[in-house]
Amino acid sequence: MTLVDHRAAVTAGATVRSLAEAALERVGDDALHAFLELDRARILADADALDRRRAAGETLPLAGVPVAIKDNLCQRGTKTTCGSRMLAEWEAPYDATVVARLRDAGALLFGKTNMDEFAMGSSTENSAFGPTRNPKDPERVPGGSSGGSAAVVGAGWVPMALGSDTGGSVRQPAAYCGVHALKPTYGRISRFGLVAFASSLDQVGPFGATAADCAALYDAIAGPDPREATSADRPVESGTAALEAGVAGLRVGVLRSTFRQSDGAVAQVVEDAARKLEAAGATLVDATVDHLDLGLDAYYLVAPAEAASNLARFDGARYGTRVSGRDLADTYRQTRALFGPEVVRRIVLGTYALSEGYADEAYVRASRARTALCRSYARTFEGVDLLLSPTAPTVAFPLGARTEDPVAMYAADVFTVPVSLAGLPASSSPAGEVGGLPVGVQLVAPPFAEARLFSAMQVFDR
Amino acid sequence: MTTWETVIGLEVHAQLATRTKLFCGCETTYGAAPNTQVCPVCLGYPGALPVPNARAIELAVRAGFALGSTVSRASRFARKSYFYPDLPKGYQISQMELPINEGGAVTFEGRTVALERAHLEEDAAKSTHVGSQTRVDFNRGGVPLLEIVSRPDLRSPAEAEAYLRALRSLLMTAGVNDGNLEEGSFRCDANISLRPLGSDVFGERVEIKNVNSFRFVRLALESEIARQRAVLQSGGRVERETRSWDEAAGVTRSMRGKEEAADYRYFPDPDLPALVLDEATLERWRAEVPELPAAREARWVEAGLTEYDAGVLGQHPAVARYFDAVCAATAMEPKKVANFVQGEVLGRIGTQGLEADVPVAPAALAGLLDLLAGDTIHGQAAKKVLGLMIDEGLDAATLVKREGLAQENDAEALEAQVRAVLDANPAQVTQFREGKTAVIGYFVGQVMKASRGKANPKTVKETLERLLAGE
Ligand SMILES: [Zn+2]
Repeated sequence: MTLVDHRAAVTAGATVRSLAEAALERVGDDALHAFLELDRARILADADALDRRRAAGETLPLAGVPVAIKDNLCQRGTKTTCGSRMLAEWEAPYDATVVARLRDAGALLFGKTNMDEFAMGSSTENSAFGPTRNPKDPERVPGGSSGGSAAVVGAGWVPMALGSDTGGSVRQPAAYCGVHALKPTYGRISRFGLVAFASSLDQVGPFGATAADCAALYDAIAGPDPREATSADRPVESGTAALEAGVAGLRVGVLRSTFRQSDGAVAQVVEDAARKLEAAGATLVDATVDHLDLGLDAYYLVAPAEAASNLARFDGARYGTRVSGRDLADTYRQTRALFGPEVVRRIVLGTYALSEGYADEAYVRASRARTALCRSYARTFEGVDLLLSPTAPTVAFPLGARTEDPVAMYAADVFTVPVSLAGLPASSSPAGEVGGLPVGVQLVAPPFAEARLFSAMQVFDR
Repeated sequence: MTTWETVIGLEVHAQLATRTKLFCGCETTYGAAPNTQVCPVCLGYPGALPVPNARAIELAVRAGFALGSTVSRASRFARKSYFYPDLPKGYQISQMELPINEGGAVTFEGRTVALERAHLEEDAAKSTHVGSQTRVDFNRGGVPLLEIVSRPDLRSPAEAEAYLRALRSLLMTAGVNDGNLEEGSFRCDANISLRPLGSDVFGERVEIKNVNSFRFVRLALESEIARQRAVLQSGGRVERETRSWDEAAGVTRSMRGKEEAADYRYFPDPDLPALVLDEATLERWRAEVPELPAAREARWVEAGLTEYDAGVLGQHPAVARYFDAVCAATAMEPKKVANFVQGEVLGRIGTQGLEADVPVAPAALAGLLDLLAGDTIHGQAAKKVLGLMIDEGLDAATLVKREGLAQENDAEALEAQVRAVLDANPAQVTQFREGKTAVIGYFVGQVMKASRGKANPKTVKETLERLLAGE
C-alpha cells in the first residue's frame, strides 16, 4: 500500500486506526527482525489521535500513513538504542526535528527499525540485537546500516521509512531491498536528534515504496532548522511537484568506471535503467569524476575520526548504560566495553587518524582528498545534469558472508561514499533484478537539486 | 653563581558577559542550584547539536578590538578531546588553527605585553569531590569563555600581577567581562620557566593551574621561582609538568607530569561551520568599543593627573567612570578631584562599594567639592561632611548649613582672632622668634579651636606668618 492508496482509503472513509491495524497485521511477528521496537498499543493510540485530528477538521498532508523510524533518530516515548547495548534502555527526552515534523504532517510513527550499531556497517549484522533479513531472500542481508527501514518498506509492510546515510546507509540497503531512497544535500534535512556517527557526512534520508512516497516523505521533513548550525538556510523545492516534470533534455553522465567495478549482471541491469532515462528523453553521455578512487580511503579516515569524537560522550555518566568499575578510569573502560567490535574498530582507527604525529598523514590528508573530490564533482557537473552508476557493485550478499572481512564489507559502499564526501544529493531506485534479487541505480545531482532527482526516480516507476 | 631570568606567560579565561551559554539557550546566572541551568545540548545528549550564541561572538570580537588583535573574517571551532566527568561530550568546543582574534597587546605602567591570541571556547562543568564521590554541576558547562594567551614576555611575578589587573580593567571597560574573581569570571593559568640571564632559549616550563586571585598568582609564581631556582642551582632539571597552588601551605604541588600529558586530537568541529563575519558587522562592532583604559589614562595625565593617580583610578572601570562624572560636574581641577576621590572616597567605601552601589552620586560629590574649591569649607570640614553624606544621604550644602561648618574667610575677623591668640600666648611667640618656627602649628590649632573649626586654615596661617614676621 503506497501513500496514494492510503490516502484513497482514508478519503473513502477508512480510519487511520483500521489502516494501522492492517499494517500491524502485515508485520505479524516480524519474521525479518526489522523492528527493534514495535509498540502496538502506542501505535494504535497514536492512530486514534490522528483520527481525532482529522475529525476536528485538520488537514494532514501524510493522512496518518505509517512511517517506520530508524533507531538512531530520537523519538519521545520510545527507546533510541542505535542498535547498541550502550543505549539499550535509553529513552530520548526530545523528538528529532524530522520526527517532530512527521508528527505535524500527520504521519503515524510506526516502530523503530534495526540498524548496524551506531550506523557503522553495510549489512545490519552489526546490530547488538541480531541481524535483519532481506525481504526478498531471508538468507541474505538487507544492506545497511539502515537495513531495518529498507526491509520494512521492501516487504510492503509500510510505504515509508526514515533512515540515515553517512556513506551510503540509505542508498545501499534501498538497492538491496528494491525500494527508493534519497540522501539529500548535506544541510538539507535537519540532523537535530539524529545520534551522530560522522557529523560532516550524516544525513537523514527518506525511503519510499515508490518515488512518490519517497518525495512525500522528503517534503514533510526537508528544510532549514534553527537548531542545527550546518542546516542550509534556503527554501526547499517540492519533491512531489517535481515527480511529473520528466527528464527530457537532461544530460545524464554515465560513470563507466563504476560499471567495470560491478558484477556483470548488475552492470547490465543498470545499463538498461540508463536506457530507460534515454527513452524518456534524457541524453546519455559518458562521464568521469577525477579522484573517485580516493573516496573509500578518505572516507575510512574522516568518518572514523569524527565517530571516535562523537562517541566519546558515551561514558555512562549522564545517560545510557553504566558499568561501575573500581575507579573512574575502570568505569570508563568497562562501560565503553559495551561497544561492539565494529564500533571499537572505528574508534581506534579514528583516534589514530587524529593522533599527534599521525594526523597529518591521516586525517589532514584525507580532508585534502575530500576537497579535491568536491572540486572534481563540480567540474563534472559543468557538463551534465545528473550522474548515473550502480548503487552497489553486487546484489545483497548472504548473511555472514562478509562479517569476518571488514574490507569486503566496506567495498559495498564504494559507489556511495564519494558522493557523501562531496555532500551531494543522491538517490537509489529499483533498476531491475538479478536472480530475483533487486539491483539499484544511483543518481547524483548538484547541490540542492533534489527535485531533479525525484523527476528521474519517477521514470523508474513507470 | 648563575643569575636566572624568569619567563612567564599567562593564559586568562575570561567569561563573556552573556545571558545565555555559548551553544544553547541555558542561562549563565551564577549561583543557581546545581544542574538547573542545563539542557540536552550542554549535557551532551545523543543527537543534540550546538548553535553559536551571536552575542558571545559579538563580545569576543569587541574584546579583540579592545586588545588590538586581528579579528578573523573566518574563524573555526575545533574539538579538544579528553575524558573527564566535567566534559560531557568527551571534547571541549574551542578554537585551534583559526582563532577569532590573533595577536594584540596589553599596555600597563608604560609596558606592552604582546598576545598570541584570544579565542572562544566553552567552559567545562564543575566537579566537587565529596569523599570517594565526584559530583558534577553542569550549570557552568558551556558558558562562553575568551581564552587570552600572552606571549612569554613577562619577567617577574609583580609584572604578571600588574598585567592581570590591566587586562581585567580593559575587558571590564570594554563591557565583555564582569571581572568577578570570586565567581570565577576571570581565571588564570601561568606558564613559568627560568633560564640563565642572557640566554635566548627557554627553560622547561611548568604550568600552574587556576589560581584565583591576583595576589595568589604573584605568590604562586614567587614560590615556583624559588623552587625552580633551587632545582637548577643544585644541578637538577626542571620537569615539564602541571602544578597547582596550595593556598594553605603557600607552595605549588605537582598535578600531573609530562608522561601524562594529553594528546588533545584537535580537529575542526563538523557541527559548526566556519564563523564568517562581514566587514559591515565588524565595523559596527568596532565603533561600539568604548574609550579604553590606556586612552583614558592618557587623557587624565593631559588634564594634570600623575601617571600614578591615573593608574589607580583606571584600575576599575566603575571608579574611572565615577571620577570622570565627578570631574564633569565640578569646578575643582581634576588633580584635586583625583586626590579627594582616592584619599577620601576610595578610602572610605573601597572599590567594592563603588561596584555594588555608589553611596555618593557623582553630582553630590561634585557639590561638596565645589564648596571646597570655592573656600566655603575647608578640607577637614569636607571630610566630615562626606561622612555625613554617606550616612544620611543629604546634600553637602544642607549639611554644611546644619552643622555650621561654613568657614570664616573674612580677613579682618580672622586677624582679630589671630591677634587674640598671639596676645594670649607670649611664651610661644618668644619661642617662635628664637627660631622654633614649628610652633606656628600650635597657633593655627588655637585659632581653629577658638573659631570652633570654622576659620579658613590657609588664611589663618598666612596671617600668623605676616603678624609674627612684622612684629
Ligand atoms: Zn544548555
